[in-house]
Amino acid sequence: MPPVILAVAEVADGSLTKLSTEVATLSRQLAAEAGGEAVGLVVDAAPDAAAAELATYLPRVVSVTSPAVANEVWAPHATAEVRRLVDEGVTHVLVGATTDGRDLAGTLVGLLGWGFLANASGVTWAGDSPQVEASVLGAKAITTSVLSGPDGILSVRLNAVTAETAASEGSVEPRAAADAPAAPAAAVLDRVAEAGAEASLEEARIVVVGGRGVASTEGFGIVQDIAAELGGVVGATRASVDAGWIPYARQIGQTGKVVKPALYLGLGVSGAMQHRVGMQSAESIVVVNRDPDAPIGEVADLFVVGDLFEVGPALLAELRARRGG
Amino acid sequence: MRILVLTKPVPDPAAGAERLGPDFRLDRSASPSVVNGNDEYALEAALQLVEAHGGEVAILSMAPANGTETMRKALAMGATRGVLVTDESLAGADMAATIPVLAAAAASEEFDLLLAGLDTSDGQGGAVAAGVAARLGLPLLSAAAAIEPDPAAGRVRVRRLSAKGYDVIEAPMPAVISCTQALGAPRYPSLKGIMAARSREIAQRSLGDLGDVPVPSGGWATRVTDAEPPPARAAGRVVRGAPDEAAREIVDFLAGRRLI
Ligand SMILES: Cc1cc2nc3c(=O)[nH]c(=O)nc-3n(C[C@H](O)[C@H](O)[C@H](O)COP(=O)(O)OP(=O)(O)OC[C@H]3O[C@@H](n4cnc5c(N)ncnc54)[C@H](O)[C@@H]3O)c2cc1C
Ligand SMILES: Nc1ncnc2c1ncn2[C@@H]1O[C@H](COP(=O)(O)O)[C@@H](O)[C@H]1O
Repeated sequence: MPPVILAVAEVADGSLTKLSTEVATLSRQLAAEAGGEAVGLVVDAAPDAAAAELATYLPRVVSVTSPAVANEVWAPHATAEVRRLVDEGVTHVLVGATTDGRDLAGTLVGLLGWGFLANASGVTWAGDSPQVEASVLGAKAITTSVLSGPDGILSVRLNAVTAETAASEGSVEPRAAADAPAAPAAAVLDRVAEAGAEASLEEARIVVVGGRGVASTEGFGIVQDIAAELGGVVGATRASVDAGWIPYARQIGQTGKVVKPALYLGLGVSGAMQHRVGMQSAESIVVVNRDPDAPIGEVADLFVVGDLFEVGPALLAELRARRGG
Repeated sequence: MRILVLTKPVPDPAAGAERLGPDFRLDRSASPSVVNGNDEYALEAALQLVEAHGGEVAILSMAPANGTETMRKALAMGATRGVLVTDESLAGADMAATIPVLAAAAASEEFDLLLAGLDTSDGQGGAVAAGVAARLGLPLLSAAAAIEPDPAAGRVRVRRLSAKGYDVIEAPMPAVISCTQALGAPRYPSLKGIMAARSREIAQRSLGDLGDVPVPSGGWATRVTDAEPPPARAAGRVVRGAPDEAAREIVDFLAGRRLI
């Protein structure tokens, strides 16, 4: 039986997230490699715009209007729709490796007992299974894994593929929501936006990170200024989050976000293993640290030995001078 | 309140010696085990909740028999008893097998809240809490940055981290919560706690003790076929010099890579 590969999309402010466009691209590519079919799913209170966008990536999109997800958590409702599609023949489910995506994946594994391959950073089709590369053990190893059976679930990391629309636009099939969520859904009483959490760290092309060396909330000023000048986003280490200089949403690493930007610029970051897990696949890594032996040197392309309070302002001035001239 | 915390022994990330064996399974002899970092946040939150509301914290692990050593570290923080599911036939179990085992073991405990870590430092699947919740038919409150139970009303409210900040979510108890670092740093075990942990009960259960658990007999649902160290980065360049000079070097580098 040829596989039917489902891309489950996530919606933010009415449109697809970047990761969702990548998950959709991946399911189309896998279906082509496997000689199977690709399908997309959007579950939202107002799915139309996102579903139309998803159809530029996939031949067929199921668009579920689910009023419940406006005031209940998304995953139990989305899982109910995935189960309906599984009953209709879907064999593989791809989600983004986000909190919602993982909640959906876990719920589905719990209910169906399907195999789960987490945090794919690369996927190809091999014989009768997707073949998934993932970084494990705090980035000490990259494993290749496959499913033993004819069905399974994959969670996909950002930048595993480059999003590409399909040659022709697919069809959108509107649906009413399933009668009940797949598991009890918690109520959402409020959605709070926090300052400093707006810009997406994971999607940023340039990330400028302040570590403990920044020394204070005011110290983050230079990090912010350089980020603004480069058109980048500010990130942090756990040390600077724990110190209360910057919100947890900015933390990069094992217990924070995993980023893969074109440029990681780190100021006063030692490069502890738990931090490197979240940043070492950046394309270019530049760091400023006054300790020439700091372990961040093991992954840096350019290591500037110096005081960030001297090099930082000089860098800002140089960037401004070049832009001006 | 009765709180059950899922604690997974994982290789100590700080020791830096984790590795996979020839069968691509975790080589548990390579590195000392510790309680998974996120599970320590869960445990700390649980201990603070019973300090505020009364009750008991118990821990549940699925691990090889020597998992008791790591569990003692969690008991030393203040949990009063442990349950260890250990069975030769579970060696190398993947997510699809771990979830029903933990769910079955949890089902034979009484709890108001079941706490887990958001994900693990060795596998980082981040799916076990949701899977266990689904199997038990309980609501999942994930990515918790704060937990506020209302025992009188039988409900629990959680600040759930979102892409933009946080959502305030609520569900009836019993409920399952996955926990993040934003809950606050775990305590260090006191000497008294370490002493007390020695005599605390860790009940061992085999797969058979759990009744009818749907664990596959003919191999796991996923297989690791290869493991490689990550590609080495080309050695970087080290720059020392006056700040102005260093700044020019950085900008040249960025321009060379078309980053500005
Ligand atoms: C379970 C667990 C999970 C963790 N998860 C994460 C995680 O997700 N993310 C994370 O980042 N960490 C995490 N950590 C913490 C991690 O181990 C480190 O403690 C942390 O990354 C250190 O942050 P830092 O580099 O900012 O601070 P430090 O290690 O203190 O390094 C500061 C660096 O700044 C340099 N410096 C100081 N002043 C200056 C100056 N004026 N100019 C230039 N350089 C200067 C110093 O030489 C030093 O190298 C975790 C730890 C555990 C146990
Ligand atoms: N073998 C295990 N024993 C006990 N708890 C576990 C086990 N595996 C996972 N968990 C729990 O589930 C959480 C998420 O794990 P994972 O989904 O594997 O990343 C962990 O932080 C633990 O709380």
